[in-house]
Amino acid sequence: MQSVFHGPVYVVKDNIDTDQIIPAQYLTLVPTIADEYEKLGSYAMCGLPDSLYPTRFVESGQLDSRFPIIVGGRNFGCGSSREHAPIALGSAGTRIVIAESFARIFFRNSVATGELYPCECTDRLCEALETGETISVDIDACTITQAGTGKVFSFKPLGEVRPVVDAGGLFNFARKAGMIPA
Amino acid sequence: MTLTEKILARAADKPNVQAGENVWVKADILMTHDVCGPGTIGVFKREFGATAKVWDRKKIVIIPDHYIFTADSMSNRNVDILREFVKEQGLPYFYDVIDDPDGKWVFDATQGLLKKQYGANFAGVCHTALPQKGHTRPGEILFGTDSHTCMAGAFNQFATGIGNTDAGFVMGTGRLLLKVPETMHFRLEGELRPGVMAKDIILHCIGEIGFDGATYRALQFDGPGATSLSMDDRMTVANMAIEAGGKNAIFEFDAKTQAFVDQRCRANGTKENYEPVERDSEERFVYETTIDLSRLEPTVACHPDPGRRKLAKEMPDTKLDRAYMGSCTGGKTSDFLEFARILRGKKVIIDTFGVPATPEIVRDLQTTLWDDTSVWDILVNAGVKMTENASCSACLGGPVDTFGRMNTPLKCISATNRNFPGRMGHKESQVFLASPATVAASALTGHITDPRDYLG
Ligand code: SF4
Repeated sequence: MQSVFHGPVYVVKDNIDTDQIIPAQYLTLVPTIADEYEKLGSYAMCGLPDSLYPTRFVESGQLDSRFPIIVGGRNFGCGSSREHAPIALGSAGTRIVIAESFARIFFRNSVATGELYPCECTDRLCEALETGETISVDIDACTITQAGTGKVFSFKPLGEVRPVVDAGGLFNFARKAGMIPA
Repeated sequence: MTLTEKILARAADKPNVQAGENVWVKADILMTHDVCGPGTIGVFKREFGATAKVWDRKKIVIIPDHYIFTADSMSNRNVDILREFVKEQGLPYFYDVIDDPDGKWVFDATQGLLKKQYGANFAGVCHTALPQKGHTRPGEILFGTDSHTCMAGAFNQFATGIGNTDAGFVMGTGRLLLKVPETMHFRLEGELRPGVMAKDIILHCIGEIGFDGATYRALQFDGPGATSLSMDDRMTVANMAIEAGGKNAIFEFDAKTQAFVDQRCRANGTKENYEPVERDSEERFVYETTIDLSRLEPTVACHPDPGRRKLAKEMPDTKLDRAYMGSCTGGKTSDFLEFARILRGKKVIIDTFGVPATPEIVRDLQTTLWDDTSVWDILVNAGVKMTENASCSACLGGPVDTFGRMNTPLKCISATNRNFPGRMGHKESQVFLASPATVAASALTGHITDPRDYLG
């Protein structure tokens, strides 16, 4: 399993709710239909107000984002229970979201779908990092390294969540673990 | 154990459970709608096979309600996906928009947005429809693919929102692995004063603990103040537990709960037996507070999050472009009656939209007469744009042709439940959450207004 992720980070602040991650008008797309899954990615994070986030997460006309890692503040993913939110991020190519705290349904949906590793950091990383800079995230060591300065931050171990995301989500995990018939 | 722990223990077949423990629980009802239903069905088929059958036909309730009255073809298609699945599985509880089980749903925009375009089975907004149609019962476990599923906690049940993957799992197995939440205790005392509503209670509580103050926790409301509240009021309070990050909210069972649930289950022919949970002396809480309802004042949650609490009387400088009445939280009959009491015989001076949550509420308003005029007409005469098309409408923005949606950066006072950027449409618009009474008074003045100035 890949355990080190490296690339430019997209930084947002507190209370990024599911409407900002995937605005409601795109919820007509059904994530289990392949083309619509792809399209969801193209709209990821497009609900962020341009006035606060001038750099777009996905450039217009693109299906994917150039940011494999997102850093947020408190209460990331709050709001609705739409699974379209972690799916849009996953479909856009993001694998890791690091935040000070997560809303519980978003956290659970990230894990159940296997789309994202939701990592809880202890420092206020959304103030320490800037959109576009390169970082490395090691999910075995639970560290985040800022490439420019070499500074290392840590996050809480993923614990029981890790093997579920590794397996590709709840169903694959449950089958492997013998909880449901293979 | 707390009320929440008791229900979870029972559903897990265990003598007791503790906060933090992971347990497998049996579901009593799984509810889904047009936004998450097609994806849930997709997960169910992908994982259990194209010919798989749901775990229990009578325990699945499907309520199209989000993107219904729109010409958006994808939205219309999603209702058709639900109908196909219902037919294939023989599900008895599907509240379709149209009457023909073999038909297709197409919204006719040429008829306008105000006149009703649904058939006899349509139920409106899922959380308001569930109790009306006899699907909420004390002591049970309700999962719904919608975050405001927690509203049913008003009926002394464990109700929480889940995603499509979890819902697909429940659809196939009837079970789900849950972490038992810690419980926060809100003891309510006293009674609300005129002009102060249930919405003010929950806006006050969220302001108290913060937008993430209840993350992964249960909110238990009890005490004499809770008993004094109507079922509609308890629903309003429970509905917004999620706005503080809560997993569920729960009220005690009493004569009001019993009367409501028994009547609704009987009238709809749904399951009538249930077993409520009661409080005991061994409850462990992570947080305790007592709220004197008689001291609360009309409260507003300011843009851009539901925890930004202020009092309405402190905000006369906040000018508004629009007022909105509706949603599961603020679109019930009692909400509209309070709204109408303030607007009666007056005129709104900003664009004001009224969207009843369910067709039953539309009928209530059209048949309730005050001095020979229906409440519906009183509102229309006051200048409110009232639609018969009960649904979520602009509460969550939706497709651009949605009734009441903010397509430009406006400022709106709303009886709904969520005000993060872009919630009701344009991402630079601003939403202020308030009670139906405060929305009414503000619609009359064009700025945020304490409704106590308008009590006749
Ligand atoms: S009315 Fe609003 S909050 Fe309620 S279910 Fe519909 S979209 Fe959600």
